[in-house]
Amino acid sequence: MIRVELGKLVRRPRVWVSIGLLCLLPIIVAIFISTTRIAPPPGQGGAFLSAVLSNGALYPAAAMALVVPLFLPVATAVLAGDAVAGEATTGTLRYLLIRPVGRTRLLVAKLVTLTAFVLMAVVILLLTSFVTGELAFGSGTPGQPGVTSLSGTTLTPTDIALRLTGSLLFVTVSMLGVAAIAVFLSTVTDSPLGATLGALAVLVGSELLATLGAAGSIAPYLPTRYWLAWVDFFRQPILWRDIERGIGLQVVYVLVFLGAAWANFMTKDVKS
Amino acid sequence: MIRTEGLTKRYGPVTAVSGVDLDVREGDRYGLLGPNGSGKTTLLRMVLGLVFATSGRIEVMGLPVPRHAKRVLRSIGALVEGPAAYPHLSGRTNLALLDAAGPGSVRRTRKRRVDEVLDRVGLGGIDARPVKAYSLGMRQRLGLAGALLCRPTLLILDEPTNGLDPRGIHDIRDLLSELNDEGVTVFLSSHLLPEVELLCTRVGVMDAGRLVLQEEIAALRAPTGRIVVDSPDAGHALALLDGLVAERDGDRLFVRGTDVARLNARLVGADIRVTQIAVERRTLEQVVLEVTGSGADRVDRADHVDRVDRVDRMPGSLR
Repeated sequence: MIRVELGKLVRRPRVWVSIGLLCLLPIIVAIFISTTRIAPPPGQGGAFLSAVLSNGALYPAAAMALVVPLFLPVATAVLAGDAVAGEATTGTLRYLLIRPVGRTRLLVAKLVTLTAFVLMAVVILLLTSFVTGELAFGSGTPGQPGVTSLSGTTLTPTDIALRLTGSLLFVTVSMLGVAAIAVFLSTVTDSPLGATLGALAVLVGSELLATLGAAGSIAPYLPTRYWLAWVDFFRQPILWRDIERGIGLQVVYVLVFLGAAWANFMTKDVKS
Repeated sequence: MIRTEGLTKRYGPVTAVSGVDLDVREGDRYGLLGPNGSGKTTLLRMVLGLVFATSGRIEVMGLPVPRHAKRVLRSIGALVEGPAAYPHLSGRTNLALLDAAGPGSVRRTRKRRVDEVLDRVGLGGIDARPVKAYSLGMRQRLGLAGALLCRPTLLILDEPTNGLDPRGIHDIRDLLSELNDEGVTVFLSSHLLPEVELLCTRVGVMDAGRLVLQEEIAALRAPTGRIVVDSPDAGHALALLDGLVAERDGDRLFVRGTDVARLNARLVGADIRVTQIAVERRTLEQVVLEVTGSGADRVDRADHVDRVDRVDRMPGSLR
C-alpha cells in the first residue's frame, strides 16, 4: 500500500508543480540580489540573505529560510488535506476500502507518503538553491574556503552539508505537525479544500498568537513556535535547546492529531 | 451468501434502512429493486463494511461483517454508486494501482490479469488516454473490470448498467449471466424493472428503507388462473364462453382457466377469429407497484405514463 501511495505521489502533476514553485522563489530572490547586490541588513529579511553575497555556499540555508515560514506549509497542507477527503471526492476511497485496504494501513501509507513529499521537496529545494547560489554568488574568495557561521566562526563545506542535513530533518519533522492536523481534518470532511484551509487557519492563528504579548503563556506550545529553530544549526556551537523542544512539540502534535484522525476514520461511515 | 437480520441504519432522525432480513443464496442472480432513496445503496454499503449498522446482524459467506469484513472482501467484487478512478491516470494504471493496493496481488501476473478483465468488459483495445477522457459507459465498464480483478465469488453491483447504451446493457447482462454460470453469485441493485426481470432469478423490493418483498421471480410471475384472448369477434366469444369470461376490455377478454390450447380450439371451432391468446401472468412491474403501494405521490406521473405506454405496446400481460 505504501508503494502504491508513493507511486500515486510521483504520478501527480500537482506535486511537481508545487515543488517547482517552491524552488522558483529562491531563484527569483537570488537573481534580484545578485544583480542589484542589495542584501537585507543582518536581522531583517530572510535569514542568511546578507551572508550569501560574500559566499553562495550558504544559499541553500537562505532558500530554506524563505520557504519554510509559508510556502512549504501551504504545499504540505494542500497535499495532506487531500489525503482522505480527496479519495472520498473522487470516490476511490470506497474502492480502496473494499479492495480491501485496512483503514489503519491507509492512514499510515498516507502519512509516509506525506513525509516522503516533504523530504523530496526540501531536498530538491536544497539542490536547486545550491546550484543557484554557486551560479549567482560564487563560492567565496579563493584564499578563504570556509563560510562564516551566525556566531562568527568559520564553517567548512562538510560542516555546512552536515548542518543542512540536520536542518532538512528538523524542517521535515516540523511539517509533519501541519500534515497531521490536515490529515485529521481530511477524515472529518469530504472536502479537501476545507481540510487544507482548516489546517492553514490553525497555522495563521498560531503565528498571530505568537506575536501577541498577552498570549505569551501559551507561546511555547504553538505549533509554529519552533519552526525556524533549525537556524541554530548554523551557530557555533549548535544551540540544541530550541531544536530539541521543537521536535518534542511536533511529536506531540503528530501523536494527538493522528490519534484523533485514526479514531475518527475507524468508525466513520464512508458515504462518498 | 449474504444474510442480514433486523439490519437497521439511522442517520440522526432519518431511518435509511429499517429491519431488513436479506437472504442472498449461493449461485443466485439476486436483483434488489426499489426507487431512488429507498435504502438500496445504504444496505449494500453496510454489507461491504463501508457504513456501520445502527443495529442488526450481517453475515457474508458465513462470517460476521464488519468484524471479518477484510477476510470476506477478498473474494467480493463490487461497484458502489458509480465507478471511480483517478482521472489523470489511464484505465490500465488505475487497475494496476487498485490491484497492488490490496492483499493477494501477485506482481508478476498483474499485467496479464488487468488485460484479462479489460478484455472481459469490452475495453481490451483501450489506449493510454487518462480516465477523464473516458465516456460514461467506458467508466462503467472500467468499474466492472475493477470489480472482476480479484476473481470474486460474489459480485455486489449497484446500478451496474447505469450510463450504458442499449448495446452496453446487453453486453453487461451477457457478462453477468456468463459469470453466474461459472459459479459467481450476482447481487445487484437497480431501479430498472426490465433489467432485473431479464437477468435475475430472485428479487427483493425495498420501499422506504424496508425490504417489502423477497421472492423467486418464477413464483411471482406464476399464472394468475386466467387466459387473455384478443379477438376482433370479442362479442361472439363473450356469448360462446358465457360465464367463463371474468372481464372484457374492448377486443380483449380475460377468461377463467389455464388450458390455452383447448380454449383456442373451442374459439376457432366456433369460427371466432383470435389474434392473440396466452396465459395471463403478472408483470414484475405490477408486483412491485402492489407491494410498494401508490402512496408516494412523486411517482404518480411516471406511473401513469407507464400504464399508457403498456396499453400501446399491448403485449404487457401476454409476455
